[in-house]
Amino acid sequence: MGELTSGAKVAPLSRRQFVVTVVSAAGGLALGVMYPGVASALPLGIEPWSPEAVPADELSAWVVIDPDETITIRIPHSEMGQGAATALPQIVAEELEVDWARIKGEFASANRNVAQNTIYGDMNTVGSRGVATSWQRLQQAGASARQRLVTAAAQQWNVPVTDCTAANGAVTHRASGRTLTYGKLAAAAAKIMLDVEPAIKTLGNFKLIGQSVPRLDTPVKLDGSAKFGIDTRLPDMVYAAVQSCPVFGGKLVSVDESAIAGRRGIIRVVRMNDAVAVVADSYWRAEQALKLLKITWDGGAAATTDSAQYRQLYRDTLNGPMVEATEETTGDAEAALGRSAKVIEALYEAPHLAHAPMEPLNATVQLKADRLDVWIGTQSALNCLRLAATASGLKPEQVFIHNTYLGGGFGRRSRNDEMVHAINVAKAMGDRPVKLVWSREQDMRSDRYRPQAAVRMRASLTADGKIDAMDSRIAVGSIQRGTQGPQAAPNGLENQAIDSFDDIPYKIPNYRINLALKNTHVPVSFWRSVGGSQNCFFFESFIDELAFAAGKDPMQFRRSMMERRDFLGVLDTLAEKSNWSAPLPAGRGRGVAICENHGSIIGQVAEVTVDAAGNVRVDRIIAAVDCYQAVNPKIVESQIEGGIIYGLSAALYGHITIKDGAVVEGNFDSYKPVTLADAPKIEVYLSLTGGGKFAGVGECGLAPTAPAVTNAIFAATRKRVRELPLKNLKLSELAQL
Amino acid sequence: MVSLNVNGRQHSIDVEDDMPLLWALRDEIGLTGTKFGCGIAQCGACTVHVDGVAMRSCVIPASAVQGKAITTIEGLSTDAKHPVQQAWLAEDVPQCGYCQSGQIMAVSAFLKENPAPTDAQIDESITNICRCGTYVRIRRAIHRAAALMRG
Ligand code: FES
Ligand code: FES
Repeated sequence: MGELTSGAKVAPLSRRQFVVTVVSAAGGLALGVMYPGVASALPLGIEPWSPEAVPADELSAWVVIDPDETITIRIPHSEMGQGAATALPQIVAEELEVDWARIKGEFASANRNVAQNTIYGDMNTVGSRGVATSWQRLQQAGASARQRLVTAAAQQWNVPVTDCTAANGAVTHRASGRTLTYGKLAAAAAKIMLDVEPAIKTLGNFKLIGQSVPRLDTPVKLDGSAKFGIDTRLPDMVYAAVQSCPVFGGKLVSVDESAIAGRRGIIRVVRMNDAVAVVADSYWRAEQALKLLKITWDGGAAATTDSAQYRQLYRDTLNGPMVEATEETTGDAEAALGRSAKVIEALYEAPHLAHAPMEPLNATVQLKADRLDVWIGTQSALNCLRLAATASGLKPEQVFIHNTYLGGGFGRRSRNDEMVHAINVAKAMGDRPVKLVWSREQDMRSDRYRPQAAVRMRASLTADGKIDAMDSRIAVGSIQRGTQGPQAAPNGLENQAIDSFDDIPYKIPNYRINLALKNTHVPVSFWRSVGGSQNCFFFESFIDELAFAAGKDPMQFRRSMMERRDFLGVLDTLAEKSNWSAPLPAGRGRGVAICENHGSIIGQVAEVTVDAAGNVRVDRIIAAVDCYQAVNPKIVESQIEGGIIYGLSAALYGHITIKDGAVVEGNFDSYKPVTLADAPKIEVYLSLTGGGKFAGVGECGLAPTAPAVTNAIFAATRKRVRELPLKNLKLSELAQL
Repeated sequence: MVSLNVNGRQHSIDVEDDMPLLWALRDEIGLTGTKFGCGIAQCGACTVHVDGVAMRSCVIPASAVQGKAITTIEGLSTDAKHPVQQAWLAEDVPQCGYCQSGQIMAVSAFLKENPAPTDAQIDESITNICRCGTYVRIRRAIHRAAALMRG
């Protein structure tokens, strides 16, 4: 084939050719509400995962354009409520020059990712990184697709590419006014390879990025049609309920099945190393039978441990050897504290927490000799695929993950323990599909928890009432060791453990962080906002203590040590919107807290009422966030609102108790989340300083919530809360300062 | 045999008398819009209407509601245009969405009894858990739905 006018080559059709099953346009709901400015896009499908067959005429792995002009964008991350399934297509559509109303999203295939050299990246939906890590690649995918459409049109008209313009889903030849829609060009464009990738739009030139377009997943979440993992139904499917050894690391000794002999619907009992499953023809029958089994476990040495003992362990660890996080060191904190007449010191503590996503963990698997299909809501489709391959003994190319909607993730669904259970059961069930569901109790008692921690901070002030020196000693469970094994974090340092103690908002001339990573038999992992979830409470509460010691207003004290424009913008927004300097009646108080978390600056002011009996009511939370650029401001707001509630649940009620080596709390009666009645009024303000960064917003919202609330309690009562949750404290018994 | 009238259709299912309505709906009849969240009447994810009253189906035996009209999220409206669904759409309430069938069912029954609810009445009656923390929007959407229903 000779040189073409456009300078592009026709790609040899070397891609694997599959039977084409192009998904037709969603027959979803008509949207009842019009948003000014942007027409609604097509809702996401009920079953949002990609069909595994690759359409022969797809434009690229990222974009499929149907003859009816529907544009399907493949989404490389999971949708667990954080809005990725809207914000990520928004970024692709920005470059594609299409009407948003024609956009449809579907989740990218992890199997294809394995087969095609991780074309979709790591697919991990963790660390608030969806937009932050993928936006350039997504923009490029959109720009590339647009350029190939333009090139296809130019070739058809035999004119230079530069004479053609893409807009509104069509390419126009400017001189002649000829126009072809994308749908008519897609098949030809699919065969074009570009010599050079087109440049992507730069900041300031966005039309769709920055707009609060409605979420694509809302319509299917209003009528019960959205398919979560737990909703999977397959012909001839059996159901399994499972119970893990209550003591982490323990082993199964024996199972006495006599109590369930002859019960209706029971198919079999499956024994695993550290778990027992009952398979039945209905989930309820399986779960009922499981409760009747007499199971003997060997909990090992950990079976005698409890929370009081672990609390003491972390306190003791504060007095033992530590590693200095030297990258964070400035000046000489020890010397400065040594020469200070007054050192302020405090010990703070935080417990383990469970994730408790609304949808209990579950997985449906169909295991055949040469193929494994898994229907699951996972935060890490690619890791999930690899784990499934290991657990089943199949090759990664033989595993197909159908990533459903996630009924919450919060970090829990990045480790798919439930799927390993399901695969183990499936091995005993021939070809029959198995749906395995964790009961709420199994979910809460076999979690991988937020680490427990204790921190001792010491500080001194300058003559003019600023912080001169601060030395922090942190004892906390290592998330890296908890997730990767004891060889991780070999130098005794990890970022997660010092979150909120690093990248601090304040200029402190003498500053040092010391760390001791200490893991117990309780497994720990990433929990929404990670280290910030407890460390911001420690750090920002202590800053408040220092403001009090300095005799300064907490807002002014913070501001006097701040230099960065982003921190100042957030703090000043809070001061203004909370009407900070207006007095409150007796019994009420305002507290402020601010930090950097997952790249965003987040600050909150809480307003609380404390009654005579010491009961706390959080009336209002004002939040300000600087994520620099926002793809969809309305989704940013909802993430901050949700983060605040998640953080407030932890601050008010969150506690995982260990007794006899096992978790005591099992359900929402003992592990209570905030409900509508105790949800405060929330206002969220975006204070964006701009620049070429899209920082994460899925997690940061909760980090300052606990300290804003406890600082507000201090303002109302002069009582300092140094441990959480509040439900375990009697304010009346705390000393008044 | 347990005989259930769900969304206007009659179903005869061969289940034990003590099988909760939740599992009869999900696993026997195949209506998966009603969700399992706790199994102990704490979270409200499983809320359905029984003769128009909101009930937590995880703790009601299916056999106990024979002869009554059961409505699930799938039967709340034919076109997802129930005022509560419209208000939920307008306020962009759902995040993960898992709790929302239950929220919508609880609110739609509540508003029939309380066409102009105060915040205090809402607090007292809508006790469903949302781990994503969509409460601010839920409250706004309840008021919006109430206004829509009043016309
Ligand atoms: S599942 Fe019924 S109230 Fe939670
Ligand atoms: S929207 Fe996720 S639990 Fe409510």
